Amino acid sequence: MMKTENNIETEKTSEVSKKKEMIMFLSGSEEKEHFLSKANRKLLTDPLDDNNPITVQVLGICSALAITVQLKPAIVMSLAVVFVMAFSNMIISILRNSIPSRIRIIVQLVVVATMVILVDQILKAFAYDVSKQLSIFIGLIITNCIIMGRLEAFALGNGIYKSFLDGVGNAAGYGLILIIVAFFRELFGSGTLLGYEVIPEAVYAAGYEDNGFFLLSPMALVVVGVVIWVQRSRNRKLIEEN
Amino acid sequence: MELINLFTKSIFIENMVFAYFLGMCSYLAVSKTVKTAVGLGAAVIFVLAVTVPVNYLIDNYFLQQGALTWLSPQFAEVDLSFLTFIMFIAVIASMVQLVEMTVEKFAPALYGALGIFLPLIAVNCAILGGSLFMQQKDFIGIHEAGVYGLGSGIGFFLAILGIAAIREKIAYSNVPAPLKGLGITFIITGLMAIGFMSFMGIDL
Repeated sequence: MMKTENNIETEKTSEVSKKKEMIMFLSGSEEKEHFLSKANRKLLTDPLDDNNPITVQVLGICSALAITVQLKPAIVMSLAVVFVMAFSNMIISILRNSIPSRIRIIVQLVVVATMVILVDQILKAFAYDVSKQLSIFIGLIITNCIIMGRLEAFALGNGIYKSFLDGVGNAAGYGLILIIVAFFRELFGSGTLLGYEVIPEAVYAAGYEDNGFFLLSPMALVVVGVVIWVQRSRNRKLIEEN
Repeated sequence: MELINLFTKSIFIENMVFAYFLGMCSYLAVSKTVKTAVGLGAAVIFVLAVTVPVNYLIDNYFLQQGALTWLSPQFAEVDLSFLTFIMFIAVIASMVQLVEMTVEKFAPALYGALGIFLPLIAVNCAILGGSLFMQQKDFIGIHEAGVYGLGSGIGFFLAILGIAAIREKIAYSNVPAPLKGLGITFIITGLMAIGFMSFMGIDL
């Protein structure tokens, strides 16, 4: 009699611990959290300003600058990065307990490369001209340092849902800067936005001219420099010592 | 002559950093002092000069449409080019590992100097970018791919050396506080890129 009761109890506790394990696995912490709790919201909004991947963490600049001549490729690129980053973060987080740490970089690269191939093939099928415009820069998402950085720093140690949010947040922070830079370059460089003329004829008639310099690569760097300047003078705690 | 032209073009006109913004992350992160910049630059030259020709062979004998005909004529229709990214990145990661082990065994002093930079290079966009540009450019032989890889590496080396030297000096200047560090580095890089644009149109 005693024995069976004990058995039932152990069964119960094992069930509870299983559930706990599951929660641990999904969210990375013991307690059950609301889906959009404060901590989770912070994961989404922090990378937009205080911890922006481009202007603060200095990651992922490689592809950020070359495709910002026009707004449209910049938007497509941001969406591609959101997709790749959210899902590779998630996959690595699912696998995080079974990846041997010595070969983790190769595993990460393979996961990211697979996601990028998916994006590349989809773009080639449904938006061929944009895919031609982005040329090698879709492929270069693989070596985008933000993705590797977040996989290393976040996905390897956190639950699936949190990693997903972190991926979306960081990719959005990246996309935000991309779109700001592309907005100014297209507006001043060719006087259009998304291909539509926005500067009225009368302004041209009064002697205004498009600044072709904005279309050249050096201006992308200067525009990012100015974005950083504006952000840091608004947000003083980001100022560097040297 | 063709080769010299390609070489100078890949160093100055199509500079990895200034014309295509490739390798920017490590360019900004490792350019605080000249010494580390030289280490990373040397490692990049080395790895680019090795991986671009190797990827050229892989592209031409495995991936392109009809590239497998050397195995048997019935493979003429096979097109594996959708595997490009994963193959290239695998080659790069394993080459970097290989280079690291060789250098550690035969040149411990160089390994000490390059040490931490070698593994970083696997995820340097300049390396993958070099291979992907190589694929777009349709080189006629492995020698052209090799020269292109070497030239691009030297271009990156020059860029990172230049910015590191400037950043060492700029520590003494009076830069507006919010621009310090990253901001001013971006703007200087932009100015250097304008300088490099003056090489445009040079044809030997």
